[in-house]
Amino acid sequence: MKKLITVLLVAALVLGLTACGSKDSTASAKSAASGKLIKVGFAQCKADESDWRKANTKSVQEALSEANGFKLIMADSNNDAAKQASDVQSFIDQGVDYIIIAAVNKDGWDTVLKNAQAAKIPVVLMDRTISADPSLYNCWIGGGFYKEGVKATDWIAKRFTADQKVNIVNLQGQLGASAQVGRSKALDDGIAKNSNWKLLARQTGNWDTKTSKEVMASWIQQYGDQINCVYAENDNMADGAIQALTEAGKKVGGKDGIAIISFDANKAYLQQCMEGKINVDVECNPLLGQGVASIIKKLQSGGKVDKENSVEESAFYYDTITQKVIDARPY
Amino acid sequence: MSNLSSGNKSAKPALKPLVKSVLSSRLTFPLAVLLIVVVQNIITTPTFFHISITNGLISGYIPNILDEASRLVIVTLGMTLVIAATGGVDISVGPIMAIAASFCGLLLNGTEYRTDIFHSPLILALLVGVIGGALCGAFNGFLVSGLKIQPMIATLILYMAGRSIAKQITHGQTIYLMNPVYKWLGVQIPGVPIRTTIIISTVMVILVVLLVKLTSLGLYVQSVGINGSSARLVGLNSRAIIFMAFVICGILAAVAGLVESSNVGSVNSGELGSGIEMDAILAVALGGNMLGGGKFSIAGSVIGAYIIQAIKTTLYAMNVRADQLNVFKALIIIVIIVASSNVFKEKLKKVTHKVFSKNMSVGG
Repeated sequence: MKKLITVLLVAALVLGLTACGSKDSTASAKSAASGKLIKVGFAQCKADESDWRKANTKSVQEALSEANGFKLIMADSNNDAAKQASDVQSFIDQGVDYIIIAAVNKDGWDTVLKNAQAAKIPVVLMDRTISADPSLYNCWIGGGFYKEGVKATDWIAKRFTADQKVNIVNLQGQLGASAQVGRSKALDDGIAKNSNWKLLARQTGNWDTKTSKEVMASWIQQYGDQINCVYAENDNMADGAIQALTEAGKKVGGKDGIAIISFDANKAYLQQCMEGKINVDVECNPLLGQGVASIIKKLQSGGKVDKENSVEESAFYYDTITQKVIDARPY
Repeated sequence: MSNLSSGNKSAKPALKPLVKSVLSSRLTFPLAVLLIVVVQNIITTPTFFHISITNGLISGYIPNILDEASRLVIVTLGMTLVIAATGGVDISVGPIMAIAASFCGLLLNGTEYRTDIFHSPLILALLVGVIGGALCGAFNGFLVSGLKIQPMIATLILYMAGRSIAKQITHGQTIYLMNPVYKWLGVQIPGVPIRTTIIISTVMVILVVLLVKLTSLGLYVQSVGINGSSARLVGLNSRAIIFMAFVICGILAAVAGLVESSNVGSVNSGELGSGIEMDAILAVALGGNMLGGGKFSIAGSVIGAYIIQAIKTTLYAMNVRADQLNVFKALIIIVIIVASSNVFKEKLKKVTHKVFSKNMSVGG
C-alpha cells in the first residue's frame, strides 16, 4: 500500500513537472520565432512584502512580458540580503542580458557587481539605492525617498505653529533599506530645523502592520497623551499605528486628532486618507516596470541613459483628496 | 497557570525535599525566567504594572503582553503536541495561519479588496478557515505518519508553498476586512473589557489541557514520542496519534491565523504569521520541554510563549534602538538556554546540595 502511494505520488510529480516544462518550452518557442527575447534577471527583495511591493512586482512582470520581447527570470530573496547576492550571482552564471535589482540592503554589493561588470551584464537598480561605487551599475530608477520625506515634513510644519509642541513618534521601515534611510533622514532634518519638534521615540515596524501595532501599543503606555504626530514610513505601518491608537480611544487624523503621516499611497490607504484617518499620504510610485523596460530597450539599441531616473511623485492630503483620485488608482 | 503545574505537589515541610522538588520540577525554570523578566521591569519601567481601563478595555503593559502573545500561545500548543509525539517540528504553522485567514477573508469579502459587508455568513467563513488549517495539518500528518518522512522536511513543503497557496486564494491582494463585527474576534466584543485575543487563547489552553488530561491522548502522545515502536507493541496506533497531533496543530494554527487577521484587520498572505514558527519552537524549548519528543508540559510551553513576548515588550519599553533589538533578544535567549541546559542544572544542583548539607551539619 505504502509503496503504491509513493509510486503514485512520484508519478504525479513527474507528470506535473513535464506538464510545466512543456508549457514553458512551447511558449518560448513561439516568441523565439518572432525575434530573440531579451533575458532579464530580476532580483526582488520580497515580492509580497507590502501592497506597494506587490504592485511593483506586478508592474515589472507585466512590462517585461514575453509579448513585449523579454524573458523575465524573477528571484525573490524574502528580504535576505545574502540570498539576494547569490540570486544575482546565479543570474550572472546563467548569462542573462540584463539584471534588475531591488536591493534588500544598501551595503555589500561590491563583489557581485564587479562580477556582473566582468561578465559585461548591465545592472539597473530599481527603487532602492545602494552604497556601492556608481561605476559598478548602469543606472537607478525610482522615487526620491528623501524628497518624499521632505513633502511630509513640510506638511507637519504647516499643521503646527512654531509655538506648538510637536511630539513625534517614528515607525521606521526595515533598517538599512534606502526607503527607510531617506525618509528617516528627512524627519531628522525637519527636527533639526524646527526647535518645537521633538522625536519621542523611534523603532522599526519592519514595514509590517502587526509589528507596528505592537510598537505603537507600547508607546501609548509610555507616552500616553504626549504623542501628537505619528510618522510612519509606509502605509501598512500607519495602519498598525492607527489601529493601536483607535483601540486606546485616541482620536487620529482629521483637524484635531493625532497627526498621521504615511508613505506609499496605496488605494486602500487613500481611502483611509479620504476618511480622515491619515492626514497626509506621500506617494511612492511602484509602477516602475515601464520605466525599466524603456531603459533596457534604450541600452539594447546602444543608447545612453541617465544615471538617476526619478519618477514623478505627489502627495495626498485628507482635506483635498477626492473619491475620483482614489478610483483612478490602479494599485 | 499554577493549576496546570504538576511538579510542586509533593512539597513537604522539610526544606531539603522541597528544594529538591522545586529544582527538579520542569516548570520552575521557565517560571523563574518569566519572573526575572517581569521583575526587572519594575526597575527600568516603573509604569510597567499600571493597569487602567481606557476606551472600555483593560490596558497596560501586562495586558499588552497577554494580548500580543495570544497568537503565539495558540500556535505553541499545537507545536508542543507535534514535538512531543514526533521529536520533530512543524515549521509550516505560519503559512497555515495565512492559508486559513485567506480562505476566511475570501469568503467574507468576495471579490472586493476592502469592504465592510460580509459576503457570506461569518460562522461559515471561520469554519472554512479552520477546516483549511485542519487539511494542511492532515497533509503534514500523512507525510510524517504515512510516508515516514522527517517532520521538518515534510512540513518544509507547506512552509515553502503555503504562502503561495494563500496568495492564490487572495489573488495576490491584501484583503481589508472593515466590518466592525469581525473585530470582535481579535480585538474586543462590545461591553467586554478583556481583549478577545486573551479570552480565546485562554480557552484554547484550557481545551488542549482538558484534551490531554481527560482523554488518554496526552499519555499516548508521550509514549509514542518516547519510543514509537514499543508503543506500537503495547497496542497503540502510533501512526494515528502522530496524524492527530499534526491535525490538531493545523487547527490551532488556523485559529491563530483567524484571530491575527481580525486583530490587524487585514489578510496579507506574505506577512501574516511570518516568523512565528521559530518563536513557537523556542517557546516549547524555553518551557523546559525536550525537543527530542516524549514527556511534555503544556503549561511550560505557554509560559515560554509569554516569556518571548515579555522580552519583546520589555525591550520596546526600554527604548532599545531598533538596530540593536535583535542583538539584545539573542543575548537574553542565549542566557536562558544555557541556564536551562542539563549540564548547567547539574552544576547548580551540586552547588545547592553542598550549601544545604553544610547548613544541615551546622544545624545538627
